[in-house]
Amino acid sequence: MALEPNRPAISAVALVKNFGKTRALDGFDLEVAPGTVLGLLGPNGAGKTTAVRIFTTLLEPDSGHAEVAGLDCVRDAHRLRTQIGLAGQYAAVDELLTGRENLEMVGRLYRLTRARARERAIELLEQFGLADAANRTARTYSGGMRRRLDLAASLIVTPPVLFLDEPTTGLDPRSRLSMWDLIEKLRDGGTTLLLTTQYLEEADFLADRIAVIDHGRTIAVGTADELKRQVGGERIELTLARGSDLDAAAAALVPHVDGSVRIEAETRRLSAAAEGGARRLADVVRDFDAGGISIEDLAVRRPTLDDVFLTLTGHGAEETGEAEEAA
Amino acid sequence: MNTDVQRHGWLYWQLSDAIVLTERALRHIPRNPELLIFSTIQPVMFVLLFRYVFGGAIKLPPGVSYVNYLMAGVFVQTVAFGSFTTGVGMAQDLQTGLIDRFRSLPMSRAAVLLGRTLSDLVRNTFTVGVMLAVGLLVGFNPQGGAAEIAGAIALLLLMSFAFSWVGATVGLAVRNVEAVQSAGFIWLFPLTFASSAFVPTSGMPAGLRAFANNQPITHIINAVRDWSLGVPVGSNGWLAAVWCVGIIVVFVPLSVRVYRRAALK
Repeated sequence: MALEPNRPAISAVALVKNFGKTRALDGFDLEVAPGTVLGLLGPNGAGKTTAVRIFTTLLEPDSGHAEVAGLDCVRDAHRLRTQIGLAGQYAAVDELLTGRENLEMVGRLYRLTRARARERAIELLEQFGLADAANRTARTYSGGMRRRLDLAASLIVTPPVLFLDEPTTGLDPRSRLSMWDLIEKLRDGGTTLLLTTQYLEEADFLADRIAVIDHGRTIAVGTADELKRQVGGERIELTLARGSDLDAAAAALVPHVDGSVRIEAETRRLSAAAEGGARRLADVVRDFDAGGISIEDLAVRRPTLDDVFLTLTGHGAEETGEAEEAA
Repeated sequence: MNTDVQRHGWLYWQLSDAIVLTERALRHIPRNPELLIFSTIQPVMFVLLFRYVFGGAIKLPPGVSYVNYLMAGVFVQTVAFGSFTTGVGMAQDLQTGLIDRFRSLPMSRAAVLLGRTLSDLVRNTFTVGVMLAVGLLVGFNPQGGAAEIAGAIALLLLMSFAFSWVGATVGLAVRNVEAVQSAGFIWLFPLTFASSAFVPTSGMPAGLRAFANNQPITHIINAVRDWSLGVPVGSNGWLAAVWCVGIIVVFVPLSVRVYRRAALK
Protein backbone atom coordinates (compact mmCIF):
# COMPACT_ATOMS: atom_id res chain seq x y z
CA MET A 1 0.00 0.00 0.00
CA ALA A 2 1.44 3.37 -0.97
CA LEU A 3 1.05 6.37 1.26
CA GLU A 4 -1.35 9.07 0.10
CA PRO A 5 0.73 12.13 -0.73
CA ASN A 6 -1.64 14.65 0.85
CA ARG A 7 -2.26 12.80 4.05
CA PRO A 8 0.20 12.77 6.95
CA ALA A 9 2.08 9.49 7.15
CA ILE A 10 2.02 9.76 10.93
CA SER A 11 -0.37 11.84 12.98
CA ALA A 12 -1.27 12.20 16.63
CA VAL A 13 -3.99 14.37 18.07
CA ALA A 14 -4.19 15.06 21.79
CA LEU A 15 -2.74 11.71 22.84
CA VAL A 16 -2.89 10.99 26.55
CA LYS A 17 -1.28 8.00 28.23
CA ASN A 18 -0.97 7.41 31.96
CA PHE A 19 1.06 4.76 33.74
CA GLY A 20 -0.43 4.69 37.20
CA LYS A 21 0.02 8.21 38.50
CA THR A 22 2.62 9.15 35.92
CA ARG A 23 1.31 10.98 32.90
CA ALA A 24 3.65 9.92 30.08
CA LEU A 25 1.77 11.72 27.31
CA ASP A 26 -0.30 14.77 28.08
CA GLY A 27 -2.04 15.95 24.93
CA PHE A 28 0.68 15.01 22.48
CA ASP A 29 0.25 16.26 18.89
CA LEU A 30 2.34 15.44 15.87
CA GLU A 31 2.15 15.38 12.10
CA VAL A 32 4.73 13.89 9.75
CA ALA A 33 4.44 14.34 5.98
CA PRO A 34 5.03 11.25 3.79
CA GLY A 35 8.61 10.74 2.69
CA THR A 36 10.09 13.00 5.36
CA VAL A 37 12.16 12.36 8.46
CA LEU A 38 10.94 13.69 11.77
CA GLY A 39 13.29 13.84 14.73
CA LEU A 40 11.46 13.56 18.03
CA LEU A 41 13.78 15.25 20.46
CA GLY A 42 13.51 15.21 24.21
CA PRO A 43 15.13 14.16 27.46
CA ASN A 44 14.61 10.81 29.14
CA GLY A 45 11.11 10.43 30.45
CA ALA A 46 9.68 13.09 28.14
CA GLY A 47 7.35 10.59 26.47
CA LYS A 48 9.23 9.81 23.25
CA THR A 49 9.19 6.06 23.67
CA THR A 50 5.57 6.05 24.80
CA ALA A 51 4.60 7.92 21.63
CA VAL A 52 6.53 5.44 19.46
CA ARG A 53 4.92 2.51 21.25
CA ILE A 54 1.47 3.90 20.54
CA PHE A 55 2.26 4.48 16.86
CA THR A 56 3.60 0.94 16.55
CA THR A 57 0.50 -0.56 18.26
CA LEU A 58 2.45 -1.77 21.30
CA LEU A 59 0.41 0.49 23.55
CA GLU A 60 -3.10 1.88 23.41
CA PRO A 61 -3.59 5.55 24.31
CA ASP A 62 -5.97 6.45 27.14
CA SER A 63 -7.47 9.13 24.91
CA GLY A 64 -6.70 10.99 21.72
CA HIS A 65 -6.17 9.66 18.24
CA ALA A 66 -3.15 8.25 16.44
CA GLU A 67 -2.85 7.27 12.81
CA VAL A 68 -0.05 5.79 10.73
CA ALA A 69 -0.24 5.32 6.96
CA GLY A 70 -3.89 6.32 7.13
CA LEU A 71 -4.71 3.52 9.57
CA ASP A 72 -5.97 3.96 13.10
CA CYS A 73 -3.39 2.71 15.61
CA VAL A 74 -6.05 1.04 17.76
CA ARG A 75 -8.86 -0.02 15.43
CA ASP A 76 -6.71 -1.03 12.45
CA ALA A 77 -3.77 -2.25 14.52
CA HIS A 78 -3.39 -5.54 12.68
CA ARG A 79 -3.36 -4.02 9.18
CA LEU A 80 -1.17 -1.21 10.38
CA ARG A 81 1.53 -3.70 11.41
CA THR A 82 2.06 -4.60 7.75
CA GLN A 83 2.96 -0.95 7.05
CA ILE A 84 5.54 -0.26 9.74
CA GLY A 85 8.96 -1.26 10.91
CA LEU A 86 10.29 -0.71 14.42
CA ALA A 87 13.84 -0.69 15.69
CA GLY A 88 14.56 0.32 19.21
CA GLN A 89 17.26 1.19 21.67
CA TYR A 90 17.00 -2.31 23.13
CA ALA A 91 17.98 -4.17 20.00
CA ALA A 92 15.33 -6.88 19.93
CA VAL A 93 17.29 -9.75 18.49
CA ASP A 94 17.32 -13.35 19.57
CA GLU A 95 20.72 -13.90 21.16
CA LEU A 96 20.75 -17.62 20.53
CA LEU A 97 19.91 -17.39 16.85
CA THR A 98 22.42 -16.43 14.19
CA GLY A 99 22.05 -13.17 12.32
CA ARG A 100 20.59 -15.00 9.35
CA GLU A 101 18.17 -17.04 11.47
CA ASN A 102 16.97 -13.89 13.21
CA LEU A 103 16.11 -12.24 9.90
CA GLU A 104 14.58 -15.41 8.46
CA MET A 105 12.38 -15.76 11.50
CA VAL A 106 11.10 -12.20 11.22
CA GLY A 107 10.64 -12.64 7.47
CA ARG A 108 8.50 -15.70 7.97
CA LEU A 109 6.49 -13.93 10.66
CA TYR A 110 5.87 -11.24 8.02
CA ARG A 111 4.44 -14.20 6.14
CA LEU A 112 7.09 -14.47 3.45
CA THR A 113 7.66 -17.95 2.11
CA ARG A 114 10.62 -19.84 3.54
CA ALA A 115 12.62 -19.34 0.35
CA ARG A 116 11.79 -15.65 0.09
CA ALA A 117 12.60 -15.06 3.76
CA ARG A 118 15.99 -16.66 3.25
CA GLU A 119 16.71 -14.59 0.15
CA ARG A 120 15.70 -11.40 1.90
CA ALA A 121 17.82 -12.24 4.97
CA ILE A 122 20.89 -12.70 2.80
CA GLU A 123 20.23 -9.42 0.96
CA LEU A 124 19.88 -7.49 4.21
CA LEU A 125 22.92 -9.04 5.87
CA GLU A 126 24.94 -8.00 2.85
CA GLN A 127 23.47 -4.50 2.84
CA PHE A 128 24.11 -4.00 6.57
CA GLY A 129 27.68 -5.26 6.53
CA LEU A 130 26.83 -8.40 8.49
CA ALA A 131 27.45 -10.98 5.78
CA ASP A 132 30.60 -12.23 7.50
CA ALA A 133 28.76 -12.65 10.79
CA ALA A 134 25.65 -14.18 9.23
CA ASN A 135 26.16 -17.60 10.75
CA ARG A 136 27.30 -16.49 14.19
CA THR A 137 24.83 -16.29 17.06
CA ALA A 138 23.80 -12.75 17.89
CA ARG A 139 25.22 -13.01 21.40
CA THR A 140 28.69 -12.77 19.83
CA TYR A 141 27.78 -9.48 18.13
CA SER A 142 28.99 -6.05 19.26
CA GLY A 143 26.45 -3.41 20.28
CA GLY A 144 26.67 -1.76 16.88
CA MET A 145 26.20 -5.03 15.02
CA ARG A 146 23.15 -5.84 17.13
CA ARG A 147 21.57 -2.50 16.32
CA ARG A 148 22.21 -3.06 12.65
CA LEU A 149 20.66 -6.50 12.83
CA ASP A 150 17.68 -5.05 14.67
CA LEU A 151 17.31 -2.34 12.04
CA ALA A 152 17.63 -4.93 9.27
CA ALA A 153 14.84 -6.94 10.91
CA SER A 154 12.56 -3.92 10.76
CA LEU A 155 13.23 -3.58 7.02
CA ILE A 156 12.38 -7.11 5.94
CA VAL A 157 9.34 -5.99 3.97
CA THR A 158 10.60 -2.42 3.31
CA PRO A 159 7.73 -0.81 5.20
CA PRO A 160 6.65 2.67 4.09
CA VAL A 161 6.86 4.01 7.64
CA LEU A 162 9.75 3.27 9.97
CA PHE A 163 10.13 4.06 13.67
CA LEU A 164 13.57 4.23 15.20
CA ASP A 165 13.62 4.67 18.95
CA GLU A 166 16.98 6.13 20.00
CA PRO A 167 18.83 4.12 17.38
CA THR A 168 22.25 5.37 18.47
CA THR A 169 21.97 5.60 22.26
CA GLY A 170 24.88 3.78 23.84
CA LEU A 171 26.78 3.25 20.60
CA ASP A 172 30.43 4.14 20.19
CA PRO A 173 31.16 7.02 17.79
CA ARG A 174 32.08 4.77 14.88
CA SER A 175 28.94 2.66 15.15
CA ARG A 176 26.91 5.83 15.50
CA LEU A 177 28.25 7.19 12.25
CA SER A 178 27.57 3.93 10.46
CA MET A 179 24.01 4.00 11.83
CA TRP A 180 23.58 7.58 10.59
CA ASP A 181 24.77 6.44 7.21
CA LEU A 182 22.16 3.68 7.08
CA ILE A 183 19.40 6.05 8.18
CA GLU A 184 20.37 8.55 5.49
CA LYS A 185 20.13 5.83 2.86
CA LEU A 186 16.63 4.95 4.05
CA ARG A 187 15.67 8.60 3.92
CA ASP A 188 16.98 8.86 0.37
CA GLY A 189 14.96 5.76 -0.50
CA GLY A 190 11.75 7.60 0.36
CA THR A 191 10.84 5.91 3.66
CA THR A 192 8.91 8.06 6.11
CA LEU A 193 10.93 8.00 9.29
CA LEU A 194 10.23 8.91 12.88
CA LEU A 195 13.42 8.97 14.87
CA THR A 196 13.63 9.67 18.58
CA THR A 197 16.82 10.98 20.03
CA GLN A 198 18.35 12.84 22.94
CA TYR A 199 20.99 14.35 20.72
CA LEU A 200 20.39 17.67 19.00
CA GLU A 201 23.19 17.13 16.53
CA GLU A 202 21.68 13.80 15.52
CA ALA A 203 18.26 15.32 14.86
CA ASP A 204 20.01 18.20 13.15
CA PHE A 205 21.90 15.89 10.82
CA LEU A 206 19.18 13.37 10.01
CA ALA A 207 15.81 15.05 10.32
CA ASP A 208 13.87 17.29 7.93
CA ARG A 209 11.85 18.54 10.86
CA ILE A 210 12.28 18.31 14.60
CA ALA A 211 9.59 18.12 17.24
CA VAL A 212 10.68 18.87 20.78
CA ILE A 213 8.77 16.95 23.43
CA ASP A 214 8.73 17.62 27.15
CA HIS A 215 6.42 16.33 29.89
CA GLY A 216 4.40 14.46 27.28
CA ARG A 217 3.66 17.44 25.06
CA THR A 218 5.07 18.79 21.84
CA ILE A 219 6.53 22.15 22.78
CA ALA A 220 8.10 23.15 19.47
CA VAL A 221 8.17 21.94 15.89
CA GLY A 222 10.31 23.16 13.06
CA THR A 223 13.45 22.65 11.07
CA ALA A 224 16.71 22.56 12.98
CA ASP A 225 17.48 26.10 11.86
CA GLU A 226 14.09 27.37 12.94
CA LEU A 227 14.58 25.88 16.39
CA LYS A 228 18.07 27.26 16.73
CA ARG A 229 16.86 30.67 15.72
CA GLN A 230 14.30 30.42 18.53
CA VAL A 231 17.11 29.54 20.88
CA GLY A 232 19.25 32.31 19.49
CA GLY A 233 21.97 30.70 17.42
CA GLU A 234 25.43 31.09 18.90
CA ARG A 235 25.87 31.72 22.58
CA ILE A 236 28.49 33.53 24.58
CA GLU A 237 29.41 31.74 27.75
CA LEU A 238 31.79 33.05 30.37
CA THR A 239 32.97 32.03 33.80
CA LEU A 240 33.96 34.68 36.34
CA ALA A 241 36.91 34.55 38.70
CA ARG A 242 34.84 35.90 41.61
CA GLY A 243 31.22 35.11 42.47
CA SER A 244 30.71 38.59 43.88
CA ASP A 245 30.93 40.06 40.38
CA LEU A 246 27.90 38.12 39.05
CA ASP A 247 25.35 40.96 39.08
CA ALA A 248 27.72 43.58 37.73
CA ALA A 249 28.86 41.19 35.03
CA ALA A 250 25.31 40.37 33.98
CA ALA A 251 24.54 44.05 33.65
CA ALA A 252 27.70 44.63 31.62
CA LEU A 253 26.85 41.73 29.32
CA VAL A 254 23.29 42.79 28.45
CA PRO A 255 24.13 45.37 25.75
CA HIS A 256 26.24 42.85 23.84
CA VAL A 257 23.80 39.94 23.61
CA ASP A 258 20.33 39.04 22.27
CA GLY A 259 17.75 38.49 24.97
CA SER A 260 18.25 37.68 28.61
CA VAL A 261 21.40 36.55 30.43
CA ARG A 262 21.35 33.19 32.15
CA ILE A 263 23.14 33.16 35.51
CA GLU A 264 24.41 30.02 37.21
CA ALA A 265 25.63 31.19 40.60
CA GLU A 266 27.30 27.97 41.79
CA THR A 267 29.56 27.73 38.79
CA ARG A 268 29.93 31.54 38.44
CA ARG A 269 28.82 31.17 34.85
CA LEU A 270 26.93 33.58 32.60
CA SER A 271 25.55 32.76 29.20
CA ALA A 272 23.36 34.40 26.59
CA ALA A 273 22.39 34.14 22.95
CA ALA A 274 24.61 36.26 20.74
CA GLU A 275 24.43 35.88 16.96
CA GLY A 276 27.89 36.50 15.51
CA GLY A 277 29.30 35.94 19.00
CA ALA A 278 32.96 35.91 18.03
CA ARG A 279 32.83 39.51 16.75
CA ARG A 280 31.15 40.69 19.94
CA LEU A 281 33.62 39.06 22.30
CA ALA A 282 36.19 41.82 22.02
CA ASP A 283 33.65 44.39 23.19
CA VAL A 284 32.60 42.20 26.09
CA VAL A 285 36.18 41.77 27.23
CA ARG A 286 36.86 45.51 26.99
CA ASP A 287 33.78 46.40 29.08
CA PHE A 288 34.59 43.77 31.67
CA ASP A 289 38.18 45.06 31.94
CA ALA A 290 36.92 48.60 32.38
CA GLY A 291 34.57 47.40 35.16
CA GLY A 292 37.34 45.47 36.94
CA ILE A 293 35.57 42.13 36.44
CA SER A 294 38.05 39.35 35.85
CA ILE A 295 37.13 36.46 33.56
CA GLU A 296 38.34 32.93 34.15
CA ASP A 297 37.03 31.33 30.96
CA LEU A 298 35.34 32.60 27.85
CA ALA A 299 33.74 30.82 24.88
CA VAL A 300 31.38 31.08 21.96
CA ARG A 301 29.43 27.92 21.30
CA ARG A 302 26.54 26.45 19.30
CA PRO A 303 23.27 25.91 21.15
CA THR A 304 22.78 22.51 22.70
CA LEU A 305 19.67 20.55 23.57
CA ASP A 306 19.97 22.11 27.00
CA ASP A 307 19.72 25.59 25.52
CA VAL A 308 16.69 24.58 23.46
CA PHE A 309 15.07 23.29 26.61
CA LEU A 310 15.98 26.25 28.75
CA THR A 311 14.64 28.62 26.17
CA LEU A 312 11.48 26.68 25.41
CA THR A 313 10.60 25.42 28.86
CA GLY A 314 12.61 27.38 31.37
CA HIS A 315 14.26 24.24 32.70
CA GLY A 316 17.23 22.17 31.63
CA ALA A 317 16.90 18.86 29.84
CA GLU A 318 18.54 16.99 32.71
CA GLU A 319 16.05 18.07 35.35
CA THR A 320 13.19 16.26 33.66
CA GLY A 321 15.14 13.14 32.91
CA GLU A 322 15.43 10.04 35.03
CA ALA A 323 19.02 10.49 36.10
CA GLU A 324 20.50 9.36 32.80
CA GLU A 325 22.59 11.47 30.49
CA ALA A 326 20.44 14.01 28.71
CA ALA A 327 22.50 15.84 26.13
CA MET B 1 6.78 -6.23 -1.23
CA ASN B 2 3.86 -8.60 -1.05
CA THR B 3 3.37 -11.09 1.68
CA ASP B 4 1.30 -14.20 1.20
CA VAL B 5 -1.36 -13.25 3.72
CA GLN B 6 -4.29 -13.33 1.33
CA ARG B 7 -3.61 -16.79 0.02
CA HIS B 8 -4.29 -18.64 3.22
CA GLY B 9 -6.84 -18.55 5.98
CA TRP B 10 -6.58 -17.46 9.59
CA LEU B 11 -5.92 -20.89 11.03
CA TYR B 12 -3.15 -21.61 8.54
CA TRP B 13 -1.24 -18.54 9.70
CA GLN B 14 -1.83 -19.25 13.38
CA LEU B 15 -0.15 -22.61 12.86
CA SER B 16 2.53 -21.29 10.52
CA ASP B 17 3.56 -18.61 13.03
CA ALA B 18 3.52 -21.15 15.84
CA ILE B 19 5.77 -23.44 13.81
CA VAL B 20 8.24 -20.63 13.09
CA LEU B 21 8.48 -19.83 16.79
CA THR B 22 8.64 -23.48 17.82
CA GLU B 23 11.57 -23.91 15.45
CA ARG B 24 13.16 -20.86 16.99
CA ALA B 25 12.89 -22.19 20.53
CA LEU B 26 14.09 -25.64 19.46
CA ARG B 27 17.20 -24.09 17.97
CA HIS B 28 17.90 -22.65 21.41
CA ILE B 29 18.18 -26.06 23.03
CA PRO B 30 21.55 -27.21 21.63
CA ARG B 31 22.92 -23.65 21.88
CA ASN B 32 22.19 -23.46 25.56
CA PRO B 33 23.58 -26.85 26.58
CA GLU B 34 23.93 -25.79 30.23
CA LEU B 35 20.17 -25.55 30.57
CA LEU B 36 19.61 -28.93 28.95
CA ILE B 37 22.31 -30.60 31.02
CA PHE B 38 21.13 -29.22 34.35
CA SER B 39 17.47 -29.74 33.64
CA THR B 40 18.34 -33.38 32.89
CA ILE B 41 20.79 -33.93 35.74
CA GLN B 42 18.32 -32.70 38.34
CA PRO B 43 15.69 -35.40 37.76
CA VAL B 44 18.38 -38.06 37.36
CA MET B 45 19.72 -36.97 40.73
CA PHE B 46 16.22 -37.23 42.21
CA VAL B 47 15.86 -40.77 40.87
CA LEU B 48 19.18 -41.81 42.41
CA LEU B 49 18.71 -40.02 45.74
CA PHE B 50 15.21 -41.24 46.38
CA ARG B 51 15.97 -44.69 45.09
CA TYR B 52 18.98 -45.21 47.33
CA VAL B 53 18.58 -42.78 50.27
CA PHE B 54 14.88 -43.13 51.07
CA GLY B 55 14.18 -46.36 49.27
CA GLY B 56 14.78 -48.58 52.28
CA ALA B 57 12.88 -46.40 54.75
CA ILE B 58 9.60 -45.89 52.96
CA LYS B 59 6.78 -48.33 53.68
CA LEU B 60 4.88 -49.52 50.65
CA PRO B 61 2.05 -51.93 49.97
CA PRO B 62 3.52 -55.46 49.89
CA GLY B 63 4.83 -56.61 46.54
CA VAL B 64 5.74 -53.14 45.21
CA SER B 65 9.42 -52.23 45.00
CA TYR B 66 10.27 -48.60 45.81
CA VAL B 67 11.94 -47.94 42.50
CA ASN B 68 8.82 -49.03 40.67
CA TYR B 69 6.76 -46.82 42.97
CA LEU B 70 9.12 -43.87 42.72
CA MET B 71 9.52 -43.54 38.96
CA ALA B 72 6.01 -42.24 38.31
CA GLY B 73 6.55 -39.56 40.95
CA VAL B 74 9.87 -38.45 39.50
CA PHE B 75 8.47 -38.37 35.96
CA VAL B 76 5.59 -36.16 36.98
CA GLN B 77 7.73 -33.95 39.18
CA THR B 78 10.21 -33.41 36.38
CA VAL B 79 7.52 -32.53 33.91
CA ALA B 80 5.98 -30.12 36.43
CA PHE B 81 9.33 -28.43 37.02
CA GLY B 82 9.81 -28.24 33.27
CA SER B 83 7.13 -25.55 33.25
CA PHE B 84 9.73 -23.30 34.92
CA THR B 85 11.62 -23.19 31.69
CA THR B 86 8.57 -22.00 29.81
CA GLY B 87 8.05 -19.19 32.31
CA VAL B 88 11.70 -18.19 32.30
CA GLY B 89 11.69 -18.15 28.49
CA MET B 90 8.66 -15.87 28.36
CA ALA B 91 10.12 -13.49 30.96
CA GLN B 92 13.38 -13.39 29.01
CA ASP B 93 11.61 -12.52 25.77
CA LEU B 94 9.80 -9.72 27.56
CA GLN B 95 12.99 -8.38 29.09
CA THR B 96 15.03 -8.44 25.92
CA GLY B 97 12.37 -6.65 23.90
CA LEU B 98 11.76 -9.56 21.55
CA ILE B 99 8.10 -9.59 22.53
CA ASP B 100 7.89 -5.98 21.33
CA ARG B 101 9.35 -7.03 18.03
CA PHE B 102 6.78 -9.83 17.74
CA ARG B 103 3.93 -7.56 18.71
CA SER B 104 4.87 -5.02 16.06
CA LEU B 105 4.61 -7.72 13.38
CA PRO B 106 1.39 -8.67 11.60
CA MET B 107 1.47 -12.13 13.19
CA SER B 108 -0.60 -14.29 15.51
CA ARG B 109 -0.49 -13.34 19.19
CA ALA B 110 -1.04 -16.83 20.49
CA ALA B 111 1.87 -18.13 18.37
CA VAL B 112 4.42 -16.59 20.74
CA LEU B 113 3.00 -18.72 23.55
CA LEU B 114 2.31 -21.77 21.44
CA GLY B 115 5.87 -21.75 20.09
CA ARG B 116 7.25 -21.86 23.62
CA THR B 117 4.89 -24.48 24.97
CA LEU B 118 5.37 -26.77 21.96
CA SER B 119 9.15 -26.58 22.06
CA ASP B 120 9.10 -27.24 25.80
CA LEU B 121 6.98 -30.28 25.09
CA VAL B 122 9.76 -31.55 22.83
CA ARG B 123 12.38 -30.83 25.49
CA ASN B 124 10.32 -32.56 28.18
CA THR B 125 9.93 -35.61 25.96
CA PHE B 126 13.69 -35.83 25.74
CA THR B 127 14.12 -35.43 29.50
CA VAL B 128 11.51 -38.09 30.26
CA GLY B 129 13.35 -40.41 27.89
CA VAL B 130 16.64 -39.88 29.71
CA MET B 131 15.01 -40.48 33.08
CA LEU B 132 13.33 -43.61 31.85
CA ALA B 133 16.71 -44.94 30.77
CA VAL B 134 18.29 -44.12 34.15
CA GLY B 135 15.30 -45.68 35.93
CA LEU B 136 15.69 -48.89 33.97
CA LEU B 137 19.38 -48.94 34.91
CA VAL B 138 18.62 -48.74 38.64
CA GLY B 139 15.98 -51.43 38.60
CA PHE B 140 12.77 -49.82 37.34
CA ASN B 141 10.74 -52.66 35.89
CA PRO B 142 7.42 -51.54 34.40
CA GLN B 143 4.77 -54.27 34.52
CA GLY B 144 2.13 -52.69 32.29
CA GLY B 145 1.61 -53.75 28.70
CA ALA B 146 2.33 -51.62 25.62
CA ALA B 147 -1.08 -49.92 25.80
CA GLU B 148 -0.60 -49.00 29.46
CA ILE B 149 2.91 -47.66 28.90
CA ALA B 150 1.67 -45.64 25.93
CA GLY B 151 -1.13 -44.30 28.10
CA ALA B 152 1.33 -43.25 30.80
CA ILE B 153 3.59 -41.46 28.30
CA ALA B 154 0.64 -39.75 26.61
CA LEU B 155 -0.58 -38.51 29.98
CA LEU B 156 2.89 -37.18 30.88
CA LEU B 157 3.08 -35.27 27.61
CA LEU B 158 -0.43 -33.89 28.03
CA MET B 159 0.56 -32.75 31.50
CA SER B 160 3.78 -31.22 30.20
CA PHE B 161 1.81 -29.17 27.70
CA ALA B 162 -0.79 -28.12 30.30
CA PHE B 163 1.79 -27.08 32.91
CA SER B 164 3.78 -25.14 30.31
CA TRP B 165 0.80 -22.83 29.90
CA VAL B 166 0.74 -22.28 33.66
CA GLY B 167 4.47 -21.56 33.54
CA ALA B 168 3.99 -19.15 30.63
CA THR B 169 1.27 -17.32 32.53
CA VAL B 170 3.45 -17.02 35.63
CA GLY B 171 6.44 -15.89 33.55
CA LEU B 172 4.44 -13.17 31.81
CA ALA B 173 2.81 -11.99 35.03
CA VAL B 174 6.05 -11.88 37.03
CA ARG B 175 8.20 -10.63 34.12
CA ASN B 176 11.53 -10.97 35.93
CA VAL B 177 13.65 -14.03 35.19
CA GLU B 178 14.96 -14.59 38.75
CA ALA B 179 11.57 -13.92 40.29
CA VAL B 180 9.97 -16.42 37.90
CA GLN B 181 12.36 -19.08 39.19
CA SER B 182 11.56 -18.32 42.84
CA ALA B 183 7.85 -18.14 42.10
CA GLY B 184 8.07 -21.54 40.44
CA PHE B 185 9.52 -23.07 43.58
CA ILE B 186 6.74 -21.59 45.67
CA TRP B 187 3.90 -23.23 43.80
CA LEU B 188 5.62 -26.34 42.50
CA PHE B 189 7.31 -27.62 45.65
CA PRO B 190 4.16 -27.95 47.75
CA LEU B 191 2.26 -29.31 44.78
CA THR B 192 4.80 -32.02 43.96
CA PHE B 193 5.81 -32.99 47.52
CA ALA B 194 2.33 -32.86 49.06
CA SER B 195 1.34 -35.63 46.70
CA SER B 196 1.84 -39.33 46.24
CA ALA B 197 5.09 -38.69 44.35
CA PHE B 198 7.57 -40.11 46.89
CA VAL B 199 5.50 -41.58 49.72
CA PRO B 200 2.00 -42.98 49.99
CA THR B 201 -0.39 -40.28 51.20
CA SER B 202 -1.77 -42.62 53.87
CA GLY B 203 1.01 -41.59 56.25
CA MET B 204 0.23 -37.86 56.04
CA PRO B 205 -1.79 -35.89 58.66
CA ALA B 206 -5.51 -35.76 57.83
CA GLY B 207 -5.68 -32.22 56.42
CA LEU B 208 -2.61 -32.62 54.26
CA ARG B 209 -3.78 -36.05 53.14
CA ALA B 210 -7.11 -34.63 52.01
CA PHE B 211 -5.25 -32.02 49.96
CA ALA B 212 -2.74 -34.50 48.57
CA ASN B 213 -5.39 -37.02 47.57
CA ASN B 214 -7.44 -34.51 45.64
CA GLN B 215 -4.92 -32.36 43.85
CA PRO B 216 -4.09 -32.86 40.16
CA ILE B 217 -0.48 -33.97 40.60
CA THR B 218 -1.53 -36.94 42.73
CA HIS B 219 -4.15 -38.03 40.20
CA ILE B 220 -1.60 -37.81 37.41
CA ILE B 221 1.07 -39.65 39.42
CA ASN B 222 -1.38 -42.37 40.44
CA ALA B 223 -2.51 -42.89 36.87
CA VAL B 224 1.07 -43.04 35.55
CA ARG B 225 2.03 -45.34 38.40
CA ASP B 226 -0.92 -47.71 37.96
CA TRP B 227 -0.26 -47.93 34.26
CA SER B 228 3.44 -48.59 34.74
CA LEU B 229 2.77 -51.15 37.50
CA GLY B 230 0.14 -52.81 35.35
CA VAL B 231 -2.62 -52.49 37.96
CA PRO B 232 -6.18 -51.25 37.25
CA VAL B 233 -6.08 -47.49 36.93
CA GLY B 234 -9.61 -46.82 38.17
CA SER B 235 -10.81 -43.21 38.31
CA ASN B 236 -7.23 -41.83 38.35
CA GLY B 237 -6.92 -42.04 34.57
CA TRP B 238 -9.87 -39.92 33.63
CA LEU B 239 -9.47 -37.57 36.63
CA ALA B 240 -5.88 -36.89 35.56
CA ALA B 241 -6.92 -36.26 31.96
CA VAL B 242 -9.76 -33.99 33.03
CA TRP B 243 -7.38 -31.98 35.22
CA CYS B 244 -4.89 -31.55 32.36
CA VAL B 245 -7.55 -30.55 29.87
CA GLY B 246 -9.09 -28.26 32.47
CA ILE B 247 -5.73 -26.55 33.06
CA ILE B 248 -5.31 -26.06 29.30
CA VAL B 249 -8.83 -24.67 28.91
CA VAL B 250 -8.26 -22.17 31.72
CA PHE B 251 -4.64 -21.21 31.16
CA VAL B 252 -4.49 -20.85 27.37
CA PRO B 253 -6.91 -17.91 27.29
CA LEU B 254 -5.57 -16.62 30.60
CA SER B 255 -1.98 -16.58 29.39
CA VAL B 256 -2.99 -14.87 26.14
CA ARG B 257 -4.71 -12.23 28.25
CA VAL B 258 -1.73 -11.80 30.54
CA TYR B 259 0.49 -11.65 27.43
CA ARG B 260 -1.58 -8.79 26.04
CA ARG B 261 -1.49 -6.96 29.33
CA ALA B 262 2.18 -7.67 30.08
CA ALA B 263 3.21 -6.41 26.69
CA LEU B 264 1.18 -3.24 27.10
CA LYS B 265 3.35 -2.10 29.99
